[in-house]
Amino acid sequence: MLQFILRRLGIMALTMLCLTVVVFFLISLEPNLKKLAISQTESRATQEQLESWLLRNGYRQNFFVRYGQWLGVVKKQPNIDASTGKATPRFVFCDEADVPTYSGILQGDFGCSTKFRVPVAAKLFPALGATGLLMFWVMVTMVPVSLLIGVLAGMREGSRTDRVLSAASIMTTATPEYVSGVIFSVVFASWLGWLNGSAASATAQGITFYNFTLPVMTMAVYGIGYIARMTRASMVEVMTQQYIRTARLKGLSFSAVVIKHALRNALIAPFTVIMLQFPWLLTGVVIVETMFRYQGFGYTLVEAASNNDIDLLLGCSLVSVFVVLFTQLLSDIGYAYLNPRIRVQ
Amino acid sequence: MNLEHIGAFQILISVIARFWPVWICMAIVMGASYFYRKKLGLYGQLYGTGVGVIGLAVCFFWLFTAIFASVIANFDPIAQIAVMKDALPGAVVPEGSGHGVYLFGGDKLSRDVFSRMVFGSQIVLIIAPAATMFALMVGATLGLPAGYYGGKIDTFLSFLANLVLAFPVILLFYLLVTPGIMETPIPYVMAGIFFLFPIIFFCMLFYTRFKRRPDRLYILLGLTILIGGWVYLGLVFNADPLGIVAIDPNQLNIFIAVVFASSPGVFRIVRGLVMDIKTRDYIAAAQTRGESPWYIMLWEILPNARGPLIVDTCLRIGYTTILLGTLGYFGLGLAPESPDWGTAIKDASRLLRTTIHPALPPTIALMSFVLGLNLLADALREQSLKD
Repeated sequence: MLQFILRRLGIMALTMLCLTVVVFFLISLEPNLKKLAISQTESRATQEQLESWLLRNGYRQNFFVRYGQWLGVVKKQPNIDASTGKATPRFVFCDEADVPTYSGILQGDFGCSTKFRVPVAAKLFPALGATGLLMFWVMVTMVPVSLLIGVLAGMREGSRTDRVLSAASIMTTATPEYVSGVIFSVVFASWLGWLNGSAASATAQGITFYNFTLPVMTMAVYGIGYIARMTRASMVEVMTQQYIRTARLKGLSFSAVVIKHALRNALIAPFTVIMLQFPWLLTGVVIVETMFRYQGFGYTLVEAASNNDIDLLLGCSLVSVFVVLFTQLLSDIGYAYLNPRIRVQ
Repeated sequence: MNLEHIGAFQILISVIARFWPVWICMAIVMGASYFYRKKLGLYGQLYGTGVGVIGLAVCFFWLFTAIFASVIANFDPIAQIAVMKDALPGAVVPEGSGHGVYLFGGDKLSRDVFSRMVFGSQIVLIIAPAATMFALMVGATLGLPAGYYGGKIDTFLSFLANLVLAFPVILLFYLLVTPGIMETPIPYVMAGIFFLFPIIFFCMLFYTRFKRRPDRLYILLGLTILIGGWVYLGLVFNADPLGIVAIDPNQLNIFIAVVFASSPGVFRIVRGLVMDIKTRDYIAAAQTRGESPWYIMLWEILPNARGPLIVDTCLRIGYTTILLGTLGYFGLGLAPESPDWGTAIKDASRLLRTTIHPALPPTIALMSFVLGLNLLADALREQSLKD
């Protein structure tokens, strides 16, 4: 087991390395660097000024040197001002060492955000916290609701309850966040006026039922149908097993059979599905946070991507790739742990 | 200025009337299919279930809407009639600035919401199925050897697939579908690679089958390379000698991004199916006969994997539609005035506090189309499990 986890962690590190190289390559493309230079200098800068800005801030170094610096395996050179001969930080809002140092991801330095004018860590981690809060409430609503729907539908396959609930879950899987978000806003915010159509106040004044229900609801709906269908399939399969028939023939009531015998076995498969939902939720977070103006990870990612904020975007991709791979690992380990029939070799 | 409005009932009647070519075609196609359903195989069996009929009806509805968009829509999707800004549903265009009724009202740029919704279906129904087909080709061409040979090829290809799958879709889109990237050769290189797969796929398909029958082989190979090469020239280099096949660079970029995002999923499914099917007896029989590995993959395994693949393709077209909507919602790739549903939802969702009606038609259109595909996939799965 330990060997399995270690090997998976190794693959994870390799994947993260490959993906960050790809991201780094794509944001370092010439048009993107131009865009960054234009946004960081005065608007009427000439070509030469843009070029000199890029050169001065080290964007013209070799690709692998820059990647190594970001990673922390190549020393970052201090920025020497040509006129005074003194070391000055590249960005006024970020501290930088006066001597060449290893200062990258491996040392815990995420770099500087050119858009928000703060160190990346100061922007990224509060945003992750805000998104964590959103995710927590989404999970709290989504998981019980979808499991309940799935179990109720799968309990008696083909019954009317099953048909209605299955139709409802197909319906929700056809409703991406930007569709349900609009519909919920129209119904609950514009027509009924019960809820706030924006979660902007949640960042400053804390979350309330009034400003946080719509984002949570919007995100949960898309996932509910999928998890419910998986739970239903698993439940249907379990209900046809011999031991369920034995339990029924022993004279146990239907509810006792479902709760004591079927449920535990039927919930193994949905566990995996729920864990694998995280990457999906990541896209949802971006949509929902943009739509409801909630300043979390998704909002940060969009801002970073549209302003070509290199360090921030790299930080964001590192975090999201980590989340995806880590939940995959957790789901594999958890599955092996929950289901004794599966043994990891 | 006050606009005249027609009532809700009249709006309903006019909308139904505007879709007249759709109703006629649906009646013909579905009626004929229902009549001959016994001879139509899996497709015909769909007419035996309520879910299947509803799914088919919705899909046909949008298909014919896309085909007849210019007949159904009564206005140009990007034309603006200034006086109709934020007009409520059913507003009549005043004399002098045109004639007709804004059935679903006007948006903030005073365009007809109804016509935009109808024309939006064209973009979605061209890109989503085509991109899914390409993803299917790419996924199948790579998934077959990965599942069949296993070993190093499998490890390598699976690692690549997992790499792409570990990317959050939205980040991938932000990186691949920026305007700046069109100045670099990246989208064209990717297009060049992806569009090569169908040609390879069909060449292999015909070569393995007709290896010993040169008369058939040369014709089929020649046709594949001719047609494939023609489309390839048109799409990748935008240099179609006849000038028929052409694609807007922006759309090419979107197309590539969507294919790139969804082929690893197909790859995984194909690989899993192949690993399951290759243990069957008829594969062992084919191996004993001395058939080449690619013949076994393409002519023994692939046809036997078609059931799950068809279901997956249906679901995947729906998912691709959602992806396209996401692209539109973030304003990536498509032109800002493009009538596609995602862009329309983005425009409308920013103004929900003041006007609601431009938001609803595109959302409901997108939802119903994806729902139709999901129902269809559900019915197909049920029917293919039966036999």
